Amino acid sequence: MSKEALFSVRSLVKEFPVQKNLIDLLLAGRKRSVVHAVDDISFDIYKGEVLGLAGESGSGKSTTGRLLLRLIEPTDGIIEYRGRNLTAISSREMETLRAKLQIVFQDPNSSLSPRMSIGRAIGHPLRIHRMGNSGQRKDRVLELMEKIGLTPADFLYRKYPHQVSGGQAQRIVLARALVTGPEFIVADEPIAMADVSVRALILELMKQLKGEFDLTYLFITHDLATAKYLCDRIAIMYLGRIVEIGSRDELFSRPHHPYTQALLEAVPVPDPVQRRTEEMVHGEIPSAINPPAGCHFHPRCPHAMPRCSEGRPPLTEIAPRHFSACVLDS
Amino acid sequence: MSETMQQTAEPVLEIRNLSIDYPISIGTVGAVEKVSFDLYKGEALGLVGESGCGKSTLGLSILKLVRPPGKITGGQILYKGRDIVSMRDRQILKLRGQNIAMAFQNPLTSLNPLFRIDRQFLETIHQHEPGINKSEALKLAEAILEELGIEPSRLYEYPHQLSGGMRQRIMLGLGLIMNPDIIVADEPTTSLDVIVEAGFIDLLNRLRGRYNLSILLITHNLGLVAEIADRVAVMYAGKIVEIGGADKIFHDPLHPYTYGLINCVPNIRLDQEELVTMPGNPPDLVNPPAGCRFSPRCPKVMDICRVQEPELKAPAAVQGTGQLSDQTSGAGSDTARRVTACWLYQVKGAE
Amino acid sequence: MSAEVKSSSERNIRARFSPAGILGKPFRGLILVSRKYGAEWWIMIAGALIVSFMIIVAVFPAVFAPYGPLDQEAGGQLMPPQPGYPFGTDNLHRDVLSRVIFGARTILGVAFAAAILSSAIGIPLGLLSGFVGGILDRILSLIMDSVYSFPGLILAIAFAAMLGPGVVNITLAVAVIYIPTYFRMVRGQTLSIREEVYVEAARAIGARRWVILLQYIFPNVIASVVVIFSINIADAILTEAALSYIGLGLPAGIPDWGMDLSMGKKFLPSGTWWMITFPGAAISLLALGFTMLGEGLAEILNPRLLER
Repeated sequence: MSKEALFSVRSLVKEFPVQKNLIDLLLAGRKRSVVHAVDDISFDIYKGEVLGLAGESGSGKSTTGRLLLRLIEPTDGIIEYRGRNLTAISSREMETLRAKLQIVFQDPNSSLSPRMSIGRAIGHPLRIHRMGNSGQRKDRVLELMEKIGLTPADFLYRKYPHQVSGGQAQRIVLARALVTGPEFIVADEPIAMADVSVRALILELMKQLKGEFDLTYLFITHDLATAKYLCDRIAIMYLGRIVEIGSRDELFSRPHHPYTQALLEAVPVPDPVQRRTEEMVHGEIPSAINPPAGCHFHPRCPHAMPRCSEGRPPLTEIAPRHFSACVLDS
Repeated sequence: MSETMQQTAEPVLEIRNLSIDYPISIGTVGAVEKVSFDLYKGEALGLVGESGCGKSTLGLSILKLVRPPGKITGGQILYKGRDIVSMRDRQILKLRGQNIAMAFQNPLTSLNPLFRIDRQFLETIHQHEPGINKSEALKLAEAILEELGIEPSRLYEYPHQLSGGMRQRIMLGLGLIMNPDIIVADEPTTSLDVIVEAGFIDLLNRLRGRYNLSILLITHNLGLVAEIADRVAVMYAGKIVEIGGADKIFHDPLHPYTYGLINCVPNIRLDQEELVTMPGNPPDLVNPPAGCRFSPRCPKVMDICRVQEPELKAPAAVQGTGQLSDQTSGAGSDTARRVTACWLYQVKGAE
Repeated sequence: MSAEVKSSSERNIRARFSPAGILGKPFRGLILVSRKYGAEWWIMIAGALIVSFMIIVAVFPAVFAPYGPLDQEAGGQLMPPQPGYPFGTDNLHRDVLSRVIFGARTILGVAFAAAILSSAIGIPLGLLSGFVGGILDRILSLIMDSVYSFPGLILAIAFAAMLGPGVVNITLAVAVIYIPTYFRMVRGQTLSIREEVYVEAARAIGARRWVILLQYIFPNVIASVVVIFSINIADAILTEAALSYIGLGLPAGIPDWGMDLSMGKKFLPSGTWWMITFPGAAISLLALGFTMLGEGLAEILNPRLLER
């Protein structure tokens, strides 16, 4: 894992306007309501690493993944890829960059057009980026299919997505993401919809592909156990903000932010001997339209202090390369 | 609850050779095939398996909620000795909610969005106790909400005004209000965030202890099962492949499928180098393979596995090693004893 | 076949009556298939048979018709149905059967041409409107909704009157009233498919908007259009017949069922029932055939569409 930063994200913001009906408008006036999906976050992604972006629903992790690839336009902030500011380039230029920056979505079946054969679907990025002639493209697709375990490749080439299993569908999506030789892949909950045993297969496959193709991953997940297995560094997000970020070993052995601690406590362990003994943190994730003031987590935090509701706590380095947005002493 | 206690407890639910079929255009899917197990008073049994193994169908069949064209084609479901399969609709209606309750996966669609919460409770209560008057019924509802950790004022709200975790608790409450003996929970936490899910499991555990409830937890989430279950039954391709105490299942699984399942899941407390993977897919249930259904994928497959289906039995000698496993074949009951359907632990021709 | 299945081997036997088994045993297969699909399958088959029969007759009229449609020396005047003249003759000594047969070609030609024209305009506009949205969508929807809310026949009459007689003009008049149908269906489908993940995935691999529209959205929309097409033709048949009945249709030299209807009406009071009955029955039968084909297809395709 090198120190070269592939991505540099600074002060990234994304706000979604909220549709209001007539009553709300009359009562609340003309003030626009927004969902603060991503609320001023900054982080780096280093070449060759797997950075985990973990959080529950409403944390903004999926939105962040899409913002990084400009599938959604940021409201504010800078996204630098190899020194180039992605937010400033034209959409044409961005489209060319997509050969290098790819994404894998959560549900493989809905990521594939039901009317496009598997071979065509995988090969389509090659056509879009004008790589090779049709013969060379087909060869590349078949070769990739073999490598990724979609065999017999000739047979599956002509099949359609609904004719294969969920595990194979995810492989198809991975193959499509890899066919142009990218160096970076955003994996947005790639195993959430797969069966338990298939998850292991996909995780192992992703590990193998990373080594073979020298990839960098942004691994978005709600499951910390999976994050621990695959990721080198992990960022924990809560309600649009990064509350903690650090290496895997640091984070899991010395979690600092109370939310991180609660998350780690809550993850069910497949071992009856290690049942949870502590009482769980109460409450649920508040609304992203009107989040609590100051630190978003303070209403649920067992260590909350008066100053937690005043002003947003900054991400501070509490240990080498381990940052936490909590004012508690470590 | 320790295993020895269960041996003497009585079963509240006995499933005997249950089979459920779904006819489809190209044939008949044998969703559940000759499944047998017991559920004891006050215990939590985890029914685990992946999608398509038949666990949800099984859960639905307990209250005869299997949707046509699926139907129960054989076997018995004995609730306190009475066979549910042969019961008439009126009798089943009495059982539902009163003696056996069900909690489903997605509470938003399981609760009627048009009715306030109090009305949903009142409706349920009136269904089973028509004579009760409204204020008494409301008191019952408020009591159960307190139990669930929800303010009574929430009774006067609509489902969409509540959070996901709360809705799931309400659904549990609707199930519990008539003091049933059994709760069948089918993936009750899939739609919930991790922290809320943990709170829900704590709640289930607390209620189980307080009311001596039996819980049948149907899920693919092994972590959940480990948090709550006393015993675990593992299903694959419509059949039960192993049943045993939770400790044993997780630490010393017998059936190769169980072993694969337990070890393919990332464990947050461990430093895992590699996960066990099980290549291949579950079999076609319209034309299942001959012999053991797991044989095409089994890393320890033997010749006999492909030819003859093993029965669910207490394990005898571990094949080929001459060693006895720590559970010698004994009484036929499947209570504290382990049972597994695998030729590795059975001697062909014996008995 | 008993519904009680006791063992997996019995289930296997049942499973053998799969499509492969059906091919080898046609009648047994048909019965089993009908059990699976039920009434809608039979409706579709019946519709398909009627339609195919009519199309064959229309394409090879000389094979079936004993006389020419304009032959005014085919037989006596106003002869009732009898051997040699199964449908009788009309007031101009023309054989009614032959007129019906040749008339099929006319009406099918106009109906098909109108349907093709309607879809060729309505589908692309619907795709564009749904995909691009914004002001273009608003304007197009407004226009289409206005046309759609007009009673179809009245609009067709207005157009036919404006354009005058002639095959092309009739086709245009009939085509116009169905454009909104295609537009609305395609626009609706486009709007929902636009939100699908695979469209976002297509953007993620770098596809431009046209590529997404043509290769990802269009192929997924087209399936539901097939059904509309068949019902569209049924409607067009009725509209064309109505227009020529009123007299806004084709010139006298072209055999046409609607015209025959209006002519036959005059002779009805004197007891000449065959001039109007047979063309009328033909119109009804043909429209029914296409409707059954379309509706049956819709029922059969629906679960598959829902499956997706």
